[in-house]
Order: sequence, then C-alpha cells, then structure tokens
Amino acid sequence: MQELLHQVLAGLATGGIYASLALALVMIYQATHLVNFAQGEMAMFATYLAWSLINAGMPYWPAFLLTVVLAFVLGVVIERVIIRPVENAPVLAVVVVFIALLVILNSVTGWIYSYTIKSFPSPFPAEPIFGQYVTSHQGGAIGVTLVVLLLLFLFFRYTPLGLAMRAAAQNPDSARLVGIRVGWMLALGWGLAAAVGGVAGMMVAPIVFLDPNMMGGVLLYAFAAALVGGIDNPAGAVFGGFLVGVLENLLGAFVIGNELKLAVALVLIIGVLVVKPSGFFGKVLVTRV
Amino acid sequence: MAALLQVSGLHASYGLTRVLHGIDFAMDEGTITTLLGANGAGKTTTLRALCGMVKTQGQVRFSGERIDGKAPEDIVRKGIAHVPDGRGTFVNLTTEENLRLGAYTRRDRGAVEADLERVYGYFPRLKERHTQQAGTLSGGEQQMLAVSRALMLRPRLMLLDEPSFGLAPLIVRELFEILRTVNAKEKVSMLVVEQNAAMALELADHAYLIETGRVVLSGTTGEIKSNDAVRRSYLGY
Ligand SMILES: Nc1ncnc2c1ncn2[C@@H]1O[C@H](COP(=O)(O)OP(=O)(O)OP(=O)(O)O)[C@@H](O)[C@H]1O
Ligand SMILES: [Mg+2]
Repeated sequence: MQELLHQVLAGLATGGIYASLALALVMIYQATHLVNFAQGEMAMFATYLAWSLINAGMPYWPAFLLTVVLAFVLGVVIERVIIRPVENAPVLAVVVVFIALLVILNSVTGWIYSYTIKSFPSPFPAEPIFGQYVTSHQGGAIGVTLVVLLLLFLFFRYTPLGLAMRAAAQNPDSARLVGIRVGWMLALGWGLAAAVGGVAGMMVAPIVFLDPNMMGGVLLYAFAAALVGGIDNPAGAVFGGFLVGVLENLLGAFVIGNELKLAVALVLIIGVLVVKPSGFFGKVLVTRV
Repeated sequence: MAALLQVSGLHASYGLTRVLHGIDFAMDEGTITTLLGANGAGKTTTLRALCGMVKTQGQVRFSGERIDGKAPEDIVRKGIAHVPDGRGTFVNLTTEENLRLGAYTRRDRGAVEADLERVYGYFPRLKERHTQQAGTLSGGEQQMLAVSRALMLRPRLMLLDEPSFGLAPLIVRELFEILRTVNAKEKVSMLVVEQNAAMALELADHAYLIETGRVVLSGTTGEIKSNDAVRRSYLGY
C-alpha cells in the first residue's frame, strides 16, 4: 500500500514534467497545427544554459529565472529566424526543419558541453520535507509544475495579450482584422513554449541527469500525454501528462518492469490513435456549417 | 472637404486571376455608401482590397492618407472596421471575448467597458449569450456578433459585407435600423455590400454598381433606384 502511494506520487512528479512539455507541444500545435519535434531538445539546451549559470556561481533560483528568460528569447528567435521563412511551406518541409533543429541543437550541445553525463542540482533539500512517500525533489517538482500551469492558465484566460494569442492561433485572418499582429503572437507562443520546456528540463534533469539525449524519452511521454488528452486541448494535455506519469510508474514497478517502460508510451500513443484519434478530451469542434 | 475614402484605379488579383480592373469611387465622412453587383462582380474583393487582405495596385486614400499596400492590422488602427464575408467569428472563444477583441487596438479601457454595454444594448441577445462559445451561436446571432465586434473599435468607417446574410426579415429591419442609428448618432461612415439591394438603397446615400470588377454606374440612391437597368436586375420590378 505504502509502496503504491510512493509510486503514485513519484509518477505525479514525472507526470508534471510530461504535462509541462505536453503543454508546450499543444501551444505550438494550436497555432501551427504542427508538432514541434525539437521541443525536447530546446528544453535540453535551456537546461544546459542553467547548468552553465549555476557552475559559474549563480545561486539556483536566480539561475532558474534567468534560464526561463533565456529560453523564452531562444524560442522567439528560433521562430523568427528558422520557422518564419517556412511558414507557408508544405507540412513535410516544416517537419524536416523541426527534425533539423532537433539534430542541430543536440549536436551543438554535445560539441559545446561534450556527451558525458553531468549531474544537475535540485533546489530542494536531500532530506524528505513532504513526508516519507516522496522525495523533496519530487514534491518540489510537482509544486513548480502546478505554479507554471496556474500562471499559464491565468495568462491565457485573463490577460488581453493571452486572449490575442488564442485569437491569432484560431483564426489568423479575423485576428489581423481586429489589429492583432499574428506573426508576433506566434513568436511569443514559441517563446512561452520554450520557457515552459526549460522549466520541465530543469525539473527532470536531477532525476535523469544532464546529457544531450536526456529529453528523448521525456518528449515521447509528453507526446503520448498530449495525444491522450487531445493535442488541441491544453487542460487535456496536462491531465494526460499526469496520467502517463502515474501509469508509467505503476506499470514499471508492479507489472512489466523498468525495461519496458518506454514501450508503454508508444503503446499508449498507438492505442489512442487507434481508439480515439482526437484524444480523450480532444475538442470535437463545435461549429455550425 | 476632401473625401473620407478616395479609391482610384484599384486593381486586385488572386494569384494570376485579376478580379478588379480599376475601381474608382469616393465617399464623404458621415455618409453611407453601398456597392451593388451580381455574384462574383468583385464586391467582397473590393472590401478586402481596402483593408489590405489582397494584393492591390492603385490608390486608396483614407482621410487623405495613402493606405494601399498597408497590412490589415495597421489599417484597422486608422479606424476602419471590417465585418467580413462569412462573419469571421472566433468560434472557440466566448461571445464576450469576441467583442473584446474588436477593441483590441484601443487603449481607453474604461470606455471599452462602456461600449460593451452599448452593443449589448443594441443586441440584448448577445448579452444573454455572453459566456457562450461563439461557434455555437446561431447564424443570425453570429452576424450580430460580427457587426458588434466592428462597433467595439469605435470606427470612423465600417466596411460591411452582406450584413443581412442569414438573418430573418424582421431582424434585418432591426439591424439596418441600428446601423442607421449608429451612423446618425456616432457619425460612423459605412460602406455596405448587400444582396438585398432594396434595403441597401433604402439605407445608403450613394450607390455604385459593380460589374466584373469595374464601376459601371454611380449616383445618389435616388438616381440609382430610378435607373431602369438596376430596377430590372437588382430590384426585380
Ligand atoms: N480566394 C479567391 N481565389 C481566387 N479567386 C477568387 C477568390 N475569391 C474570389 N475570387 C474570384 O473573384 C471574383 C470576385 O469575387 P468576390 O467574392 O469579390 O465577388 P462578390 O461580388 O463578393 O460576389 P458575391 O455576391 O457572390 O459575394 C469571383 O469571380 C471569384 O471567383
Ligand atoms: Mg461577396
């Protein structure tokens, strides 16, 4: 029983990380109808920036905040410089650009920092502070995730800029007619997604350690989460993230063992695509024709 | 007094297909002008060209200033609101969010709140449905929403593309009454494209008849109404 509780809480901790990254995927998907395969590598690169800052002597939280800002800027620049020119290109061309971005970020990071695995600090103490069932880092990661999700929700729901971003993603033509600069909204979306991904990277790095390939598995889980929840539904993606995290942990601990865990994500992806292609909370868009 | 809107030699094309072949017209501040023409004549394209949604050649002056070649998001900042063909609803947003977006470029927050109540006053139906997802509004309600969204800009000029489309006759009367009020009270100028030529000629001061991308007839609505060809083709008597 205690073991079960422990596994569920641990699942929620990684689930929160999947949820964040899934949300980043959904944000870009809603605006472009494309899945950004490089989302994980962008998060990984941001995490390396955090590592550099901390190694240069900056305290954890200032380094955390600065990394979020840098990741945001990186996201905006990537959209402006790399994605913008292929805006109207065929889908396959854009997919190739995403994959190129993935490979470039991965190898540039490997070239700068080498492929040797590094440890990444957690801002939370080593001894348990949230009770015996969960490590401090797991508890803290859940907390950080929830704060990020709450901030995003408030931003999109209650600020004029958040509203404008949603409008631009849904109906670019009408958005331009009311004066929204759609191109910049897209860039902002990329920035936000990259920032959220950066947080996910910094939260997962103490668990999986820092190396250029650290986000491969995480991105797969996040992708599964987004599909489970419905790739066009932010709340669904968040729920999917937590669900996938818990499932992964429970199955890994009690049913199939750790070796097959990643296969769970793939089985989920395929299963959802077969059974319910729009995901369990995917909007069945209500429009009148 | 210089014209509020002065269009000269306006050409527009979709890809290689040229649709407008040198449109000329003008309208004064505070007036209502209507563009008439058969299906495919280029009325929608003319409105799109005015607000930068299609590639154009020729000149468009608004209040004396050249606006041709500018982007839609800059033209709306000059005070031109477009009620587009097909309504342009943000279907996943609520009715009220749609309205607030109409005022996106405005910075006078307090006045925006007051204007929200003002358009709810014109269309109480929208107030009842202010939290409803706009895509689930009826066609007529979405048409009211499109007009209201344009009003939220507090525009100097409104471009209306078939505002009566899909509305019941009674509602059309109401809508045109509201447009008349807005024009009279708030001095908003309007350029109206309408299938319902009789209603449009009733509302407007001036009319232009467009055929295959050219203006073929123009005058006050009185003159146009008494033109035999117009009577036969557009008024049906
Ligand atoms: N997006 C487009 N791509 C190519 N051709 C177009 C496009 N939109 C309109 N056209 C063409 O341009 C011409 C004028 O169309 P437009 O929509 O301006 O007509 P309209 O006068 O508004 O007609 P209606 O009364 O049917 O709304 C038509 O021949 C149409 O086929
Ligand atoms: Mg039309």
